[in-house]
Amino acid sequence: MTADAGQERASPIRVLIAKPGLDGHDRGAKVLARGLRDEGFEVIYTGLRQTPEMIADAAEQEDVDVVGLSILSGAHMTLLPRIVEQIRGRGMEDVLIAAGGIIPDADIAPLKDAGIAEIFGPGTRIGDIARYFREHARARS
Amino acid sequence: MADAPPLLPAAVGGDRRALARLLTLIENGDQATRELLPKIFAATRGAHLVGITGPPGAGKSTLVTALAREYRRRGRRVGIVAVDPSSPYTGGAIMGDRIRMMEHAADRDVFMRSMASRGELGGIAATTWLVAAALDAARYDPVLVETVGAGQAELEIARLAETTVVVEVPEMGDEIQAIKAGLLEVADVVAVNKADRPGAERSARQLRAMLAGAGGRFAAPPPILLTTATTGEGIAALADAIDADRKRARSPEQARIRARNQLLGAVAEGSRRRAEAHPQWDSSVGQIAEHQIDPITAAERLLEA
Repeated sequence: MTADAGQERASPIRVLIAKPGLDGHDRGAKVLARGLRDEGFEVIYTGLRQTPEMIADAAEQEDVDVVGLSILSGAHMTLLPRIVEQIRGRGMEDVLIAAGGIIPDADIAPLKDAGIAEIFGPGTRIGDIARYFREHARARS
Repeated sequence: MADAPPLLPAAVGGDRRALARLLTLIENGDQATRELLPKIFAATRGAHLVGITGPPGAGKSTLVTALAREYRRRGRRVGIVAVDPSSPYTGGAIMGDRIRMMEHAADRDVFMRSMASRGELGGIAATTWLVAAALDAARYDPVLVETVGAGQAELEIARLAETTVVVEVPEMGDEIQAIKAGLLEVADVVAVNKADRPGAERSARQLRAMLAGAGGRFAAPPPILLTTATTGEGIAALADAIDADRKRARSPEQARIRARNQLLGAVAEGSRRRAEAHPQWDSSVGQIAEHQIDPITAAERLLEA
């Protein structure tokens, strides 16, 4: 395959992938970052153990279209709504916020009520996540 | 975009959300930014533009973080632009520089932005200098630009930055590496990072010996400093060396060299846009692919008035 220098002309969707809280496993987040890169997204990865404030500040400075939160620790009911609050509180009303990881079915509805647009459990195909982001990320100039 | 014009005064006034939006418009080459360009340029306040370059894994991100910490201690507001490579196939990118910079995330006086190189091969993106100018206008000084991990030819940063810091690590190569043309040649300051590793002193000594009296760009060889970014060792001295270089970088002669490079870059970008908008662009590509015309003649035809 020849590198296509024309490919970069359209503005890629910018995605922040963050790991809130204390769990130390980020293989899934890295696989997703890599997969989204291959789908043509610009992915900013924050690394482990981020507070809701740090994630919101990063999303603000990077002006991302999507924030993807990976959480395996079980603290999602506490952390995810706080992250939504912090992001919306900075005036980013149109940023798509999605989550992935180990989240019991019973928690999905309350998390959606709290502003998490979609939740991707184990086994989700990266192509499906990419399609969801493309369809739901805010329209950009 | 209709909401673009008010962004600049808001960004200059300290609104971080507006600044972030403005940087996106600049990066995407939005038409509205074309009209903003003169205003951004006029709003700049003369921030020290510092490039940080070096091979992948040399510790550039950690060094930038440590430098930002040092400048914050000195009461300066720090702008950071960190460039990572875009995939030439998909246009996608993974930008991981934030991993090492998150300690500054909540500091209102540090603004850090990741940029994908978007097809540029010189180690920075085409719009990087403009993003740096916007950070300057928003009263960040210095503005630290971290390039993609550079090999021997990604020298674009040295054309734009006032002070270029080249980050090396101990035992990177023999003495021949130090006298090859390329990265070290553009250094205004050299940081031998990871200086807690064995061989750091020796590497610095070798570099000093090879760069002394090398001629080329400057009469005086660049200072070579030992740093350990993870502990902060040597970072204050590095900041001092960067600050000291500012005077040299601000000479009328140096300013002219940078201005010429900016103009050359703008001319190249303008020509590219004009050629791509030409009705015969697609047919020219086809003709070159079929060996009916050579690329240089085709380019001349596309650029004829």
